[in-house]
Amino acid sequence: MNSPLQVRGLRKSYDGREVIAGIDFSLVRGECFGLLGPNGAGKTTTLRCCLGLTAPDAGDIVLAGEPVPLRAREARAKIGVVPQFDNLDPDFTAAENLLVYGRYFGLRDAEIRPKIAGLLEFAGLGGKEDANIRTLSGGMKRRLTLARALVNDPELLILDEPTTGLDPQARHLIWERLKRLLAQGKTILLTTHFMDEAERLCQHLAIMDAGRIIVQGAPRELIRAQIELQVVEVYGEDAPGWAAREAGKFSQRVEVSGETAFCYVDEAAPVLAQLAGEPQLRTLHRPANLEDVFLKLTGRELRD
Amino acid sequence: MFSSPRISLRAFAVWRRNFLVWRKLAIPSLLGNLADPMIYLFGLGYGLGGLLPQVAGVSYIAFLAAGTVCSSTMNAASFEALYSAFSRMHVQKTWEAIMNAPVALDDVLAGEWLWAASKATLSGAAILVVIAALGFVASPLALWALPVIFLAGLSFAALGLIVTALAPSYDFFMYYFTLFITPMILLCGVFFPADQLPPLVQSVGAWLPLTHAVALVRPLLSGVVPQDIALHLAALLAVAVAAFWCALGLTRRRLLK
Repeated sequence: MNSPLQVRGLRKSYDGREVIAGIDFSLVRGECFGLLGPNGAGKTTTLRCCLGLTAPDAGDIVLAGEPVPLRAREARAKIGVVPQFDNLDPDFTAAENLLVYGRYFGLRDAEIRPKIAGLLEFAGLGGKEDANIRTLSGGMKRRLTLARALVNDPELLILDEPTTGLDPQARHLIWERLKRLLAQGKTILLTTHFMDEAERLCQHLAIMDAGRIIVQGAPRELIRAQIELQVVEVYGEDAPGWAAREAGKFSQRVEVSGETAFCYVDEAAPVLAQLAGEPQLRTLHRPANLEDVFLKLTGRELRD
Repeated sequence: MFSSPRISLRAFAVWRRNFLVWRKLAIPSLLGNLADPMIYLFGLGYGLGGLLPQVAGVSYIAFLAAGTVCSSTMNAASFEALYSAFSRMHVQKTWEAIMNAPVALDDVLAGEWLWAASKATLSGAAILVVIAALGFVASPLALWALPVIFLAGLSFAALGLIVTALAPSYDFFMYYFTLFITPMILLCGVFFPADQLPPLVQSVGAWLPLTHAVALVRPLLSGVVPQDIALHLAALLAVAVAAFWCALGLTRRRLLK
């Protein structure tokens, strides 16, 4: 079957500044694809172009079998969107939000009403039909937004930072629901800057920075290909000094950030042995993860 | 950005959304829209009217009643297209949510435009009912005022949507009310016949949409067929279409960049 979303050579500039500098990716049906990147990498603009809300300067987009932006409206009829910031309708109850949103898809009330209880149940909001939106917690609002995005039974779900600002309980619940949707055969495209989220959910991901995709692939493959196997984190006032004196002898790569040194190694025993003689330093030994890949590729400077 | 509007039937879903919100608060909303014009109508109508002989062939309060229908329509359409539409566009991000569904911005704006005119018609009609009950309406000819009110609502809603498309915040709307809406009430024959004004000011007033609404509604309420019907209708229609076109271009520039 053809891909639910294919993007080729996408470019977009604002006032001469290139926000998307030619990117290609495509989704596999039934899989979760993650678009990762620091703030300002171009993730949200990419999503806006894919939805036909911003006209690209160049490139081809095929969403749900329809060319975008030419037939964006027809394409959007077949997908669901969970935006980065909650935009539920505060004038309506939870059930009315779903009903009114379904009407935007041209669905008749008789088609929508029987689905509402099931959608709320799925979102962990069973019995909250008449709840005022203003009384819902952040996590409940995000789940209701997810239920709203499912009102047209979409083949592809697009989520822009779905768990930003949520507490751990709420994040785990969202992840569990997204996995259930994947199990039902839906395709998911999400943007995030939480690496654990991407590692848990995504079969494929692309890391974006400054409008380009730097690398893409399966999370495990990326970790294997892009970075050393182990990380030894060293903390303490003297960590930077120790890193300058000793770390290079035992590590393939060392990064220092404030009072922490990160030693990237394929074999951790030598550096741990050396550290045994430095009781003033605390250490943490762990396997390398996606966050290490991300920081290696996009750097440690702040992006505002 | 300023290419022709591409409106589909989905605009009706947007209209319906606003209607559903209004219906929840219909009674307080209607009473709220009635209170302010009625205070002016009775205060000035009886207070000032007692000092005046007939104005333009009718009692002052009947003269003022027709003007009040038009100025209230203008106010209702303007408030909806400014404050309420701005809330939905900028604060609540309701439009953004709608545009993630298969509804284009053109549909959203058309839905808002028709809704603001509908709400203005509801509030104009409510005033019409009250003044008819008080005996200031001469004949069933007054029913023809309803389509005129809707058309005037479209004109003022479209003008308001232009301002909304340009507004950085709610404060911006004060300029529009102070510099455009309030002077129009004084220049367009709501409180007194416009021919009392200096000729230069009169000729400015003749170009304003409220003048054309008043020129149609006042005779209809007095039981007289208005003069130059086609001219006044064409003027209101031209403002409505041109202003909507302009508002759509500006809103596209703001939201679809």
